[in-house]
Amino acid sequence: MSTTDAAPPSSFQVDRAAMRHLADAQVNVELDTGDMILNLGPQHPATHGTLRLVVRLDGERVISADPVIGYMHRGYEKLTEFRTYPQITTLINRIDWLSSFANEVPFMTAAEQLMGIEAPPRATYIRTVLTELSRIATFLLFLGEMGLQVGALTPAFYGFRDREYVLNLIEAATGGRFHPNFNRIGGLKDDLPWGWIAECRSTMKIVLDACDDFEDLVLGNEIFRARTRGIGIIPAATGAPYGVSGSNLRASGVDWDLRRDARPYLAYPDLDFQVWTHPDGDSYSRYWVRLQETRESARIVLQCLDGIPAGPIMAKVPRIIKVPAGETWVETENPLGQMGYYVISKGATGPFRVKIRSASFSNVSILPWLLRGVYVPDVITILASLYFILGDIDR
Amino acid sequence: MTAIPTLALSIGWGTTLAIKTLIILAIIPLGALILGYVFLLKMMSHMQSRLGPMDPGGFHGWYQLVGDGLKFLQKEDIMPAQSDRRVFAAAPAVVVLSTFLVFLVIPVGPDLVDKSLNVGVFYALAVSSLSVIGVLMAGWASANKYALLGALRAAAQLIAYELPLLLAVVGVVIQAGTLSLQGIVLSQQHGAIFGFGGLGQPFILTQFFGFALFLVAAQAELTQTPFDMPVAESELVAGYMVEYTGFRFLFFFIGEFGTAFGFAAIAATLFLGGWALPGVHGTWADILGPGVLFIKLMAVAFLMFWVRFTYPRLREDQLQALAWKVLIPLGLANILLTGVFKVAF
Amino acid sequence: MPRLHKPKMPGLIGGLGITFKTMLRPAVTVQYPHEREAPVTRARGVIALKEENCTSCMLCARQCPDWCIYIEGHKEQRPPRREGGRPRSVNILDRFDIDYALCMYCGICVEVCPFDALFWTPEFEYSEFQIGRLLHDKVKLGDWMQTVPEPEPLEVGAETKGKK
Repeated sequence: MSTTDAAPPSSFQVDRAAMRHLADAQVNVELDTGDMILNLGPQHPATHGTLRLVVRLDGERVISADPVIGYMHRGYEKLTEFRTYPQITTLINRIDWLSSFANEVPFMTAAEQLMGIEAPPRATYIRTVLTELSRIATFLLFLGEMGLQVGALTPAFYGFRDREYVLNLIEAATGGRFHPNFNRIGGLKDDLPWGWIAECRSTMKIVLDACDDFEDLVLGNEIFRARTRGIGIIPAATGAPYGVSGSNLRASGVDWDLRRDARPYLAYPDLDFQVWTHPDGDSYSRYWVRLQETRESARIVLQCLDGIPAGPIMAKVPRIIKVPAGETWVETENPLGQMGYYVISKGATGPFRVKIRSASFSNVSILPWLLRGVYVPDVITILASLYFILGDIDR
Repeated sequence: MTAIPTLALSIGWGTTLAIKTLIILAIIPLGALILGYVFLLKMMSHMQSRLGPMDPGGFHGWYQLVGDGLKFLQKEDIMPAQSDRRVFAAAPAVVVLSTFLVFLVIPVGPDLVDKSLNVGVFYALAVSSLSVIGVLMAGWASANKYALLGALRAAAQLIAYELPLLLAVVGVVIQAGTLSLQGIVLSQQHGAIFGFGGLGQPFILTQFFGFALFLVAAQAELTQTPFDMPVAESELVAGYMVEYTGFRFLFFFIGEFGTAFGFAAIAATLFLGGWALPGVHGTWADILGPGVLFIKLMAVAFLMFWVRFTYPRLREDQLQALAWKVLIPLGLANILLTGVFKVAF
Repeated sequence: MPRLHKPKMPGLIGGLGITFKTMLRPAVTVQYPHEREAPVTRARGVIALKEENCTSCMLCARQCPDWCIYIEGHKEQRPPRREGGRPRSVNILDRFDIDYALCMYCGICVEVCPFDALFWTPEFEYSEFQIGRLLHDKVKLGDWMQTVPEPEPLEVGAETKGKK
């Protein structure tokens, strides 16, 4: 059409009145917001590791949340088929790397059960001390980083600073800060170095002071309370069928602790300790329960230190260990929850099959149910309060 | 010292304007640097049981932020492919512009003010809210869902907390009787506490509610914890600024800390007496004024940053509830009480 | 005793007090590399090789979970100890490399060595710019022997004396 021509007359008559309602409809369509899919992770500061949470949002409210795990799957159960027991110990240190010693204990207990030997009492006590030390180490990190997820920058540093003392203790005894690799079938690799018990006592004082600081700085903070009270309530009747365990379940009021109930292991039958529960099931109570458990662990350590018997550190085991055929299931109260190992042995130097029941895998399975209808900031708070480790989920 | 205006007349209008502009353009990054180093790098570190930077520059790492600034300047300028290029580029400029405009009215001495407006306080508050536009522009133009979430949160929050800020200031205005910042400082200098005129009358004594309200609202205006939902580091990883790199991010950083400097200066002027020192007048006030204001400003900034590093952050709806249901009624009550006392005494 | 969570003053003020208190105390930072903290005696820093004890039995290389130890040796004949005896054959170590890029510092090799040829030392400052240089050969592993600490005494009640 050349530009010199006039515009052709339109045969279509415009009805302004009808057009007006169409204009309104246009605006309504634009204002009607659709759902937004937000990918939290796998690289995200709030998801402790490579957890991907595909969240469907309506504004800031979550409609559905799907956790996608497996980004850190290392094939542990397959790896254990081709390794000997001492080699597997080095592997399972790295399942829950913040409390590595606690991972070794159930596996070694399973192997010892299959062999029918018992670790000497001194080894049992020292194992208890080191397990509780790793519990303190990982909970101090939790107390700090949950403050961080909720927005306070400083508690995280206090958590790391006080954790250093505990890690130094573990290093002085075992040689490794994070991956002690200290358990052997029949006992422990080495005895404690000179002066360790006195050092441990003074460190427990530091830990108890740190817990008081966290209580003032985080628990007592009204803003923290406003952010965590009533958020992410897990009723006991829903949590237990999902497999939620450990402090998460105790924060919902369930009085269940494998150190005291079921089959007590290590030195716990001789010790006098309290199991902490909280009636609400929200994020605040999960923080509170873990704070009390940190204090309780410090007290357990002090009790153990008072009562360590003298004696050998290792039972009589042959040089090349061949575990007789059989199968056994051992579960323990790990810092993250209930961890279990099902070991099938066919009489070789390594197990035939190891099935690892990790606590965080079941704790995370409740997320799709738990995250419906919460706000995005509350998603972060809930993730922080459940306290899972990706190595524990994916193995 | 009347020499300055005379000097200004003899230099000429254009040169005076250029000099004033350059002074403020220099003060903004310098103020941001000082605040950033003293509070963000050193005070926060010591509150967290660590040392902060120690190596750059030799003496306790004073060069760290300068080095950071230079590093930002030489970085690659990355723009997301789907972003709105012009809006993306303009957003940091808008934020820094609002900071610049605030500094125009802050008096640092009886004769030292860039532009003494009769409605200084009104102007300062109005102009500081321009940064909302910049934040929205940044969030939208980033073509990133996280940025958008952060920007929307920021817009709602910044608009909500304008009102408590204003209401806190109205109390001071009623007491001073003038909207001009210079006038407010002078009324504090010449005031009297129960008849004792030696210390003047800093308004913090009578307007302590207003001071607290102003600090809380300023904290929210600067999107600092406990009101830093828009920049929630552990959720949105820098919120509306997440797609900005290099010198554009430097602009945002300077804008944030420059505005903190500006708000602290305004708080010091409104409540602590600004450049005034009891018993110092005339030429000495012109010489000592900037230093005195700086000290008072750092005290206010200390409070702001102390709170920033200690508290967790409020959720967006709790934040809004705090503004609308708690702070605004408190501000109105403060105005009522101030008015009653002003008329009665 | 556990404290009830009812603070004496508003928690907001108490929190401010804790950060203020921490600000006034000295920081806990150790300014590495200007200051150094000595690691504990048992710290697993690097493995040292005492070559005269090694008989190339390959136990360490076999037990290593990462297979990071490379051993090559050959047999040589030595003259008999007494007149009229058989010539003895000894293992001569040609190559003993540990690849610290693979090593996971578990200590199984040190533990299973029947001849006490491997030792832990707490030395940890051997980072390299090229990953190939993390393969420590026989000579370098022998040099690490100078840093092996004395085994420390054990706690009260221990039965065995301090071993490696």
